[in-house]
Amino acid sequence: MEVISHCAEAIILRDGDNVVKRRLPKRYRIRELDEMIRRQRTKSEAKLIVEARKAGVPTPVIKDLSDFEIVMEYIDGRPLKEVMSEELVRKAGELVAKLHERNIIHGDLTTTNILVRGDRIYLIDFGLGYFDEDVESKAVDLHVFFQTLESTEIKAEELKKSFLEGYKRYKGWKAVVEREKEIRKRVRYA
Amino acid sequence: MRDIKIDSPVESVDIRNSSRSELILGIEGTAWNLSVGIVSEEEVISFAESAYLPKSGGIHPREAAQHHAEKIVDVLREALKKMKEKGFSEEDIRGVAFSIGPGLGQSLRIVATAARSLALKWRVSLIGVNHCIAHIEVGRWMCGTEDPIVLYLSGANSQVLGYMAGRYRIFGETLDIGLGNALDKFARSVGLKHPGGPEIERLAQKSSRYIELPYTVKGMDFAFSGILSAAKKLAEKYPLEDVCYSLQETVFAMCTEVAERALAHTQKDELLLVGGVGMNKRLQKMLKDMCEDRGARFYTPPPEYTKDNGVMIAYTGLLMMRSGCTIPIEKSRVNPDFRPDEVEVKWK
Repeated sequence: MEVISHCAEAIILRDGDNVVKRRLPKRYRIRELDEMIRRQRTKSEAKLIVEARKAGVPTPVIKDLSDFEIVMEYIDGRPLKEVMSEELVRKAGELVAKLHERNIIHGDLTTTNILVRGDRIYLIDFGLGYFDEDVESKAVDLHVFFQTLESTEIKAEELKKSFLEGYKRYKGWKAVVEREKEIRKRVRYA
Repeated sequence: MRDIKIDSPVESVDIRNSSRSELILGIEGTAWNLSVGIVSEEEVISFAESAYLPKSGGIHPREAAQHHAEKIVDVLREALKKMKEKGFSEEDIRGVAFSIGPGLGQSLRIVATAARSLALKWRVSLIGVNHCIAHIEVGRWMCGTEDPIVLYLSGANSQVLGYMAGRYRIFGETLDIGLGNALDKFARSVGLKHPGGPEIERLAQKSSRYIELPYTVKGMDFAFSGILSAAKKLAEKYPLEDVCYSLQETVFAMCTEVAERALAHTQKDELLLVGGVGMNKRLQKMLKDMCEDRGARFYTPPPEYTKDNGVMIAYTGLLMMRSGCTIPIEKSRVNPDFRPDEVEVKWK
């Protein structure tokens, strides 16, 4: 098996048409906490991937699941970060709208976790995702995404606008966008 | 007098004159610590401070401001005295820098008033320094890091930052309260003295029993108030050492995870830890382990420059003055909500 990516918390191995996402132990945290985090995230990620697809969001098909490992379909795409455009980021906004419609919070919405293959966009890495109907959680999703844009893209403002054009398909978008602005301003001297 | 062997005749050089570059005096007082530092480009010339310690409970903004107002003259005198002992005079000071924000409004205003008066008196430049940026710059100076991801953890602020295209961008931050604040509040609720961080650290060392607490990382952001409530509840049933241990393990693991995500995302290979919470040895160990495992280097400045201090304001003031970032008195109003990504970094 060939290592295709070694992200902050997991190693992604390519095995023919499949990829294996294996959550690795972290030496810096104690074993109890480490195993708890890895087990929870593996299980919840698998569930979210399935639910997201049911909501009409392209995600990899899951083939197998164990304690710290998910085996899923290999997607031969490129991260949005590398092929960024206003059109693509608008489409990404539409997908996030679909997730939020079903109360799925991605939890780590960065431009590395959005893959582009042909004219299809896939959302990957639901490792920090969860279900929540709360405006706050959805706003945090947007906040994380905007922060990624602001910290890595020179044209962040234009890209944010395009993203929102797509995101407006979610009927609750207004409240979420308002809350995101609030999070941004929130005074932390409490 | 030492005997100095001279091999060849050298022109007599007055060392004082040669190092008489330019000095900057910096005043910090955003929260509990009132501190004055004087630096040259090469070194720290002088450092004096006075900490406000609440008699009970946490920081009371008005009391902190009163403390600063009472002590500012003494602290300045002490810093200037130490400077003179090194052979410098007030005429060597070319600029006065102060922490213009973020921080407690009342405390900031005391510091700003002192800085304005000195700048007028000495007829030198006034520099308004962002407190967070100052933590970063003094850390870079002390540790010699080039382009680090910065984990900034203090009472009120908890952020992960990195430099990109003219600014320190915030990759992640607390969604509710600062980590130091959360630790202090927990400590207070179980009757430990303020500041609570060191007390929690001391107790945590006595335990190795982990009790589950919520783990709240959302992307590169984190949140602490839910954990704080949960820890308070645990403290009603479990030995305090175990709760302190579990609390530290949980929140520091969160910070380490977010720092690692930022390193991975930006592909940078240096991590700099700054802010008062950064003095915690367990946190340092976790970050060091994480960095080692991914081939990155970990840095943190000596404790006196990790917490709030005047030297960081002076040094950042020096960098800013050189790049023309001085302000006229009438534009020197303090900004309690000043975010680091609002600062255009012209000195890098």
